[in-house]
Amino acid sequence: MKILVTAKRVEDPESKIKVKPDGSGIVQEGLKYKINPFDEIGVEEGLRLVAKHQGEVVVVSIGGKEVQEQLRHALAMGAHRAVWVNHTGPLDQLGIAGLLQKVVEKEKPDMVILGKQSIDDDQNQVGQYLAEFLGWGQATFASKVESLESEQEKNKVPALVVGADGKTVRVVREVDNGLATLECQLPAIVTTDLRLNQPRYASLPGIMKAKSKPIEELTPAKLGVDVTPAIQVLKMSAPPARKAGIKVADVPALVEKLHNEAKVV
Amino acid sequence: MEFQLTDAQRALQEAARKYAREVVRPKAAHYDETATFPRDLLSTAWELGLLNMAIPTEYGGVGLSHLEQVIVSEELSWGCAGVATSIIANDLANLPIILHGTEDQKKRLLGHFSERVKFSSFCLTEPEAGSDVANMQTTARREGDFYVLNGAKCFITNGGQAEQYTVFATVDKAKKHKGITCFVVEGRPKGLTPSKHENKMGQRASETVSLTFEDVRVPVANRIGEEGQGFAVAMSTLDNSRPLTAMFSVGIARAALEYSMEYASQRKTFGKPIIEHQAIQFMIADMAMNTHAARLLTYESAWLLDEGKRNTLQSSYAKSFAADMAMKVATDAVQVYGGYGYIKDYPVEKLMRDAKLIQVYEGTSQVQRLVIARELFK
Repeated sequence: MKILVTAKRVEDPESKIKVKPDGSGIVQEGLKYKINPFDEIGVEEGLRLVAKHQGEVVVVSIGGKEVQEQLRHALAMGAHRAVWVNHTGPLDQLGIAGLLQKVVEKEKPDMVILGKQSIDDDQNQVGQYLAEFLGWGQATFASKVESLESEQEKNKVPALVVGADGKTVRVVREVDNGLATLECQLPAIVTTDLRLNQPRYASLPGIMKAKSKPIEELTPAKLGVDVTPAIQVLKMSAPPARKAGIKVADVPALVEKLHNEAKVV
Repeated sequence: MEFQLTDAQRALQEAARKYAREVVRPKAAHYDETATFPRDLLSTAWELGLLNMAIPTEYGGVGLSHLEQVIVSEELSWGCAGVATSIIANDLANLPIILHGTEDQKKRLLGHFSERVKFSSFCLTEPEAGSDVANMQTTARREGDFYVLNGAKCFITNGGQAEQYTVFATVDKAKKHKGITCFVVEGRPKGLTPSKHENKMGQRASETVSLTFEDVRVPVANRIGEEGQGFAVAMSTLDNSRPLTAMFSVGIARAALEYSMEYASQRKTFGKPIIEHQAIQFMIADMAMNTHAARLLTYESAWLLDEGKRNTLQSSYAKSFAADMAMKVATDAVQVYGGYGYIKDYPVEKLMRDAKLIQVYEGTSQVQRLVIARELFK
């Protein structure tokens, strides 16, 4: 089977994120970047599926040439080849889904796995838009019943279960009150939640091999997609700084404050 | 001149950093305290290719360049210098084969390291022959298609775990260094006996033993180079490995620097974090500056090897500067922590103990200076 997985370049959450003084964006200088952790979980799931069912994992990313770093990371994990949509201007979720739609129509995968959201702007929209554009079924927030310490996880058993005829996939979803299992016809869109799997480390030989794996370059123009954004970011601002807490002398003083000031007891 | 890493080099660095942060660091204090062999950490290291990174790809290894190897080494040592020493011990033992082995020897003696987790040990030092290698007492006597080894080696990393040994012995003591010859002993043959693990001050996660050789038979086919070429084999191996041990110092110093910055930002005296006191700022500035200087010296010494150039002078610069630097930086980190720095519940005293060994092993800081002076006056 053929699986297409997204690999978005996002700010490393361990970097210090600062908003530019004019509110036009965040300060890029000195920032570190990595693959969106939810996408990395998607790459891992794709690799487990093709280890079981044969086939290939194709990774796709959109951005300037720097996104090749994230594509190479996915290739080092074991993905077979990569598609790079070279685009440096502004882009909104509809634009991203539009570009991915054309990549999907070109690649014809059996399944597209995306992170449920990217950790930079946390939109949680692209997977759903893409399913709508393609007219495919979607299973969002894919998770699993077994824990990340289970034998199944240690043995890298895929959590997504492809039917014996290869025409369906069973997905366990994280929902508000627990887990829901649904079956989806293939081809389908799956978006990953945090507990789907523990992504493997990129090995040293994997990194060396990734250097010579192919990355195909495409552009919005080549794909015939108008990516003029429908949404414009007007201003960014940091959340207000938290005020320092206070120390109280004893328990009665604490209870008094909780009762009279916080009004919680 | 380029002062930035390539994408692939950054990816290697990131992979090693992740291993060091997520696999090694959580268990570093445990293995330091118990001085037991970190087999679980090393199994993961093998899976990631870290145990065999110097072996060329045609013999199943990763085939990293020297520069790439030192980039990785910094991260490993940042995680735990003892674990890093255990990992790099394989490279050190395999270097004589990589550098001087025949095609047949490389296939036979390197190829199997990619099949499963295996350790090999570099056996040069003896009780009476440390820096004074020419005084080697271990003998190799030719008997038909075999050599018979007799003698004792000491301070052998992973010696009790290894399944292959690269051993230096003399075919004729009277010839001094011109008698020294290099052999590879496969498996754990009869007559090869490791002692118990030495109770070391630092780098306690790396296993260190003595070995005795009593009539250990080695096929002639496992002689690396000719009779009498062992000294040159050993010296070229050390030219290749010195940048790695130099970089271990950088990893320790970076850890010491980071811990010190974190602690100095939190710990308050006289009503403000101690980082706002100039005395602490100066110490931390020195730590950062010297760590980076050692890193650049080491990069250069590894880069020279990749260019196919002799690096004896630069690798001795790097090893002696970096080792002495790490000792100073780790000692200062304990100073920044004050009384807490001397307590084992805090991470910096381990760094000080770990750093000390780098001034001693693979050529002491004093021997490096002898080499430097000899090179300068050549």
